Amino acid sequence: MSFLNLTGIQKAYGPNKVVKDFDLSVERGEFVTFLGPSGCGKTTTLRMIAGFETPTEGSIRINDKDVTHLRANRRAIGMVFQAYALFPNMTVAQNIGFGLKVAGKPAAELQARVEEMLAMIKLPQLADRYPYQLSGGQQQRVSLARALAPSPQILLLDEPLSALDARIRVSLREEIRALQRKLGITTIFVTHDQEEALSMSDRIVVMNDGAIEQVGSPSEIYNEPSTRFVASFVGTLNLIDGKIVDASVGAVDIDGQRATTRRKLNGAKPGDVLAMALRPEALRLGAGSDDRNTLAGVIEDVAFLGAVVRVRVRLERAAIIVDTFNSGANDLPTRGASVAVNFGRDDLIPLHAH
Amino acid sequence: MKSGKLGAWLAVAVGVAYFLAPLIATFEFSLRMRRGEYSFDAYRVVFASGAFQASFLYSTVLAVVTIFVGILIVVPTAYWVQLRLPRLRGIVEFITLLPLVIPAIVLVFGYIKLYGSSSILPLTATSLGADALLMFGYVGLGLPYMYRSVETALRSIDVRTLTEAAESQGAGIFTILFRIILPNIRSGILSGAFLTFAIVIGEFTFASLLDRPAFGPYLQLIGASRAYEPSALAIMAFALTWACMGLIQLFGGGPRTFTGKR
Repeated sequence: MSFLNLTGIQKAYGPNKVVKDFDLSVERGEFVTFLGPSGCGKTTTLRMIAGFETPTEGSIRINDKDVTHLRANRRAIGMVFQAYALFPNMTVAQNIGFGLKVAGKPAAELQARVEEMLAMIKLPQLADRYPYQLSGGQQQRVSLARALAPSPQILLLDEPLSALDARIRVSLREEIRALQRKLGITTIFVTHDQEEALSMSDRIVVMNDGAIEQVGSPSEIYNEPSTRFVASFVGTLNLIDGKIVDASVGAVDIDGQRATTRRKLNGAKPGDVLAMALRPEALRLGAGSDDRNTLAGVIEDVAFLGAVVRVRVRLERAAIIVDTFNSGANDLPTRGASVAVNFGRDDLIPLHAH
Repeated sequence: MKSGKLGAWLAVAVGVAYFLAPLIATFEFSLRMRRGEYSFDAYRVVFASGAFQASFLYSTVLAVVTIFVGILIVVPTAYWVQLRLPRLRGIVEFITLLPLVIPAIVLVFGYIKLYGSSSILPLTATSLGADALLMFGYVGLGLPYMYRSVETALRSIDVRTLTEAAESQGAGIFTILFRIILPNIRSGILSGAFLTFAIVIGEFTFASLLDRPAFGPYLQLIGASRAYEPSALAIMAFALTWACMGLIQLFGGGPRTFTGKR
């Protein structure tokens, strides 16, 4: 039995279903991210785990105990909010010690734990400050310490980095992940930022329109997206139509040019048109060897992005983006020039309609 | 610019004169008790009066109890409306405004009819009962001010997120209300409290018709039988109201927020 189990979760507000048939098992100590666009139901699902919302159907079990209808303050869950939600009338130390005080812990134990938490977030000098005297990053660190102080069963993070500037976001996400690994606490993280999801998670749950699109490790989600939505939402992607020529050998027709995929075509018949994904970084300019696919086209646009040079190549109807590393020595490709683009047979990913 | 600015200053000067002239005249008259010279004799007489002390103390105690009961009723109501029943906001606001549109005389006759000595709950039959009835009447009178002050303060904080943050820390509803919400809407509560105090301390209709020894009826009695003391009392009442307004300004700067100091 997994540590956290969500079974057949549904949530509806009147006729509007915001979470549909949500099934997920999370192991103890795992870092799972709910990733999806605004309104996909990820925060609602998180709030159901926290106890702030009750599922219309389904059950939530934590450590083999049914908590579906248990009040939020009895679930022993720590939560970090996007808006920090520190208590403005309390100092940093009082905020961190709040949960322990509510639990009736002795003063000495409370004091020791608060000091431990302050050291953990590297802000021991700010114990007597009020929230309004802290920066956004400091407030979110305190919020994290407050959530962890009572030693919760599960840590829930509701877009905790969204309100921070880019530099602090990156450093704080590394800190959060390091802390999570150190404490071994089961964590659910909600974000719409795919970079955060990919860099922090053990597993990612990609959600769309209230339902799970795909569950997998970051590399599975990125390299083997199972649906068109996942492919387009996670990373930059070329989506092209491939007309099946011979499914048994993976032969497809792309804009009148032949290509082959080693991936399964799931019973597609000759003449069927499938959406196919190609990651820009999997493509190379120039003709490839015989075991690779090569398509011919014309350079339509070139964008210099620093480390990466992004080239848009027009085939016939379709245009594909090719990302190449900036070697420093090469001249940039010329607009309007004819060019060959090659890619491996594993890189052409047929997508399932969802 | 010049003519526009001059016009503005003129308007301010006219306004100030309109409000201050009667006040200055009243103050000046209150100092004329001793013939031929200015003195504070009228104030001395008022302060030395046992009736003044008793009625002022009675009204002060009543105001404090009114404020306390008002807070107990208004804060949980406004909190709950904000958190769980936002659709009821319009109805609750309408109810809280009723004491402004229903004359006090109508309300007090309603009370006497409902709680008179021949009713099921004869509150007016005993002194303590009548005091309680007066206090509840004052809670009603102060409701528009107290509710608005508290509601505005609640709107300035993120009630839902703070509540959920406290819940996730294991806090129950009373802990949330008394340790998180109340301290963060202190400015609103104090504003409502001072306004309620200012209303209760000089209220006449309720106290007079319920026959309670409050400061309002005392003011009226003195006004009908003395010359200089009513002016002194009027100035004192103004000073008290101003003090309340000053305290509202002092405490009414809003809660400390994430973005800046008070």
